[in-house]
Amino acid sequence: MSSDSDQHLPHILGDRLLTAVWLALLVLTVVTILVARIHLGFNNILVAMTIATTKALLVIFFFMHMKYENRLLQGLLCLAFVVLAIFIGMTFFDVAYRDVALS
Amino acid sequence: MSETHKDYAGAKLGMWLFLFTEITLFGGLFLLYSVYLHRYQPAFHQAAATLDTFLGGANTVILITSSLCMALAISALQRGQQARCKLMLILTVLMGLGFLVNKGFEWSAKFDHGIYPGSEHLRGLPQGQDTFYSLYFTMTGLHGIHVLIGVVLLSVVLLLVARQRVRQDDFIILENSGLYWHLVDLVWIYLFPLFYLIT
Amino acid sequence: MNQAATLPQSIPPGYLASSQGKGGLASWLFTTDHKRIGLLYLACILTLFAVGVCLGLIMRLKLITPGNQLLTPQTYNAVFTLHGVIMIFMVVIPSIPATFGNFLLPLHLGAQDVSFPRLNLFSWWLYLIGSLVAVLSIFTGSGAPDTGWTFYVPFSERTTTNVSVAVLAVFILGFSSILTGLNFVTTIHQMRARGMTWRRLSLFVWSLYATAWVQVLATPVLGITVLLVFAERVLNLGLFDPTRGGDPLLYQHLFWIYSHPAVYIMILPAMGVVSDIIPVFARKRIFGYKMIAFSSLTIAFVGSLVWAHHMFTSGISDFAVLLFSFLTFIVAVPSAIKVFNWLSTLYKGSISLEPPLLYTLGFIWMFSVGGLTGLIQGAAGPDIHVHDTYFIVGHFHYVIFGGTGLGMFAALHYWFPKMFGRMYDRRRARTAFWIILAGMNLLYFPMFVLGMEGMPRRYYDYLPEFATGQFISTVGSWVLAAGLGLMFWNLYAGLRRGAPAGPNPWGAATLEWTLSSPPPHENFEHEPRVDHGPYDFAREASHE
Repeated sequence: MSSDSDQHLPHILGDRLLTAVWLALLVLTVVTILVARIHLGFNNILVAMTIATTKALLVIFFFMHMKYENRLLQGLLCLAFVVLAIFIGMTFFDVAYRDVALS
Repeated sequence: MSETHKDYAGAKLGMWLFLFTEITLFGGLFLLYSVYLHRYQPAFHQAAATLDTFLGGANTVILITSSLCMALAISALQRGQQARCKLMLILTVLMGLGFLVNKGFEWSAKFDHGIYPGSEHLRGLPQGQDTFYSLYFTMTGLHGIHVLIGVVLLSVVLLLVARQRVRQDDFIILENSGLYWHLVDLVWIYLFPLFYLIT
Repeated sequence: MNQAATLPQSIPPGYLASSQGKGGLASWLFTTDHKRIGLLYLACILTLFAVGVCLGLIMRLKLITPGNQLLTPQTYNAVFTLHGVIMIFMVVIPSIPATFGNFLLPLHLGAQDVSFPRLNLFSWWLYLIGSLVAVLSIFTGSGAPDTGWTFYVPFSERTTTNVSVAVLAVFILGFSSILTGLNFVTTIHQMRARGMTWRRLSLFVWSLYATAWVQVLATPVLGITVLLVFAERVLNLGLFDPTRGGDPLLYQHLFWIYSHPAVYIMILPAMGVVSDIIPVFARKRIFGYKMIAFSSLTIAFVGSLVWAHHMFTSGISDFAVLLFSFLTFIVAVPSAIKVFNWLSTLYKGSISLEPPLLYTLGFIWMFSVGGLTGLIQGAAGPDIHVHDTYFIVGHFHYVIFGGTGLGMFAALHYWFPKMFGRMYDRRRARTAFWIILAGMNLLYFPMFVLGMEGMPRRYYDYLPEFATGQFISTVGSWVLAAGLGLMFWNLYAGLRRGAPAGPNPWGAATLEWTLSSPPPHENFEHEPRVDHGPYDFAREASHE
């Protein structure tokens, strides 16, 4: 039960930093559209997902302020993503092997 | 102890927990998507080619820019610039609406081509394309609902800012709504390449 | 543990009475007091529990003899579906966390309320609305849902019964559960009183913490799953339809990604209750505090990795069968750690067999039987034999009713004096316990035998060779119902005219017992300063 005395001043993100992040996001969007036109097979998906994850991290760290939050919140966010990765990844222990058996 | 207890860190933690639930909610759909992509890769590529990359890209830019405005609105209020905060919020809401209008055009164009869930046209396509379109409508539809909720939410917050109920020394509602808006952006960042770019 | 000589002759009004001139029904329906919200949940859950029990009794009565025509096949399907949906989503999942969790969490932390009191009230309203929508699905549309509580596709997409409304109800109930979990995690992080370190949290709070995380992270998957069933029915998506390239097994994956962790939402809080009750009635500090707390988190985590063990016979890949079977055995480890720690706490303790402890011991017995039979199904080979038979029905009723149910009754008997300020008749409570225990075993043990012999679950009728087991089981259901009746009547009588209980009838050391019974509206007059653990009885005694 935190008392009002520990009310810390907010960490204000500068407009310049936010604009820089926005520009980076725009550049990455253009890059991902351009890369998609080169035919790389399955690697297309990998590249697209890598770029998307980079963009997502930019949004999370700066727009959503996660870079400046405490360890607890950062850890919990990781936990949420790990759990999601487990749900999707472990389903593939069925699907990946089942599809091989069927084909 | 009886007066309303303002707990800034608690409110923020609660909001993040809510965002986690959104992540796993969409996660279920991403699970379906990844399995079906794994199974029907060629069909997905063909179907994705029919989606308009320009419209999708434009919507990406709109949503990213609205996220920027949202973040600027928060910074402005924290510095005490109420007018600028309101302006940024209005821009965010307008871009959210723009996104929905764009999406509406995209969907209705698809409907005109006989592409809607369970349509005759879809059932005649090679296996996997039907699944692609069903996922497309489900995932962008659920995302669209979230955009709509965000637009309503931010409009309410705009009112609260105008009435000084949300202000420089008490901005957690604005900040939490911003988190929600950024999450909506986050989901789209993945939806865009998955549906428009895997050609 | 005799009642102290300084017992008050009347009970203080506490939170049960109206405050500041505001009284009446509205002061309950729109309360943000966590204690009142806890009681609102309790009232709803016990009502729905009664409905679920009645449906179960009807089902058992129908099965008393082969060829019995008490219900039509369609009605029978609807009855077991409703029994499952009501019991799982409306009774067992919210049972302990929403009632005792709400009532006790802030008290155990030394706080005034949960972090978001209004959200808490909203959760209850969602729960109420969800339950009403579920009831609505029975009486509207073309017939009550007949899919079983699992809503498996493709049948749930094709049946003409009212599945669409039922899955919406499940969605709303899931949302309610998520918000409660979110509230609890935040509360435990933010609302601990000064000196209430993580190592001084009661084990009940630890179990609520683990449960709340599962609620937050897994329930949304159920939400999207039932929404998909709804969308499949209404919008004709075809995502699970094999004729259109869909994969019905993915529905089962999504469903069990939530619904397996959900059984830990059901059992973990009961384990927390048990961990809190045993030391009080053994007059000993809990053995292995850290391991019990840690095993709650482990169960929550490993429990999220085993969902496909519900699908061994469904046609998933052999590799997945082996992997999920292996992981299933790992969950048994933290569960066993708990059981051994409880037994070690009892060992050489000064045991007094008060009703709460009796129900707790019943929990340990039933949970052990249920847990060990669970391993038979977790093993990929034997599961082929017992899958979808009465064996599994016996197993989960031992765990869920014998475990969570008895855990809930233990909690009721333990915290009843705190909640209402009065004591029930303890001798009658013991009698009721023995009848319930006998009834449960009589009802569910024959199911293991029937299942081994090949009696499939959910069948409308059966061969004459199963008649004996089915008959014993039905008789058991009557014994159980009689025991439940006695128990609830005894509690009701205690509520009406029980002797005042005093602040700490059991001599327990957690913070709620430092308050009057029932506790006042705002809980603690001053924020307490905590300087001892939850099971430091010697210290507590020296204070008195």
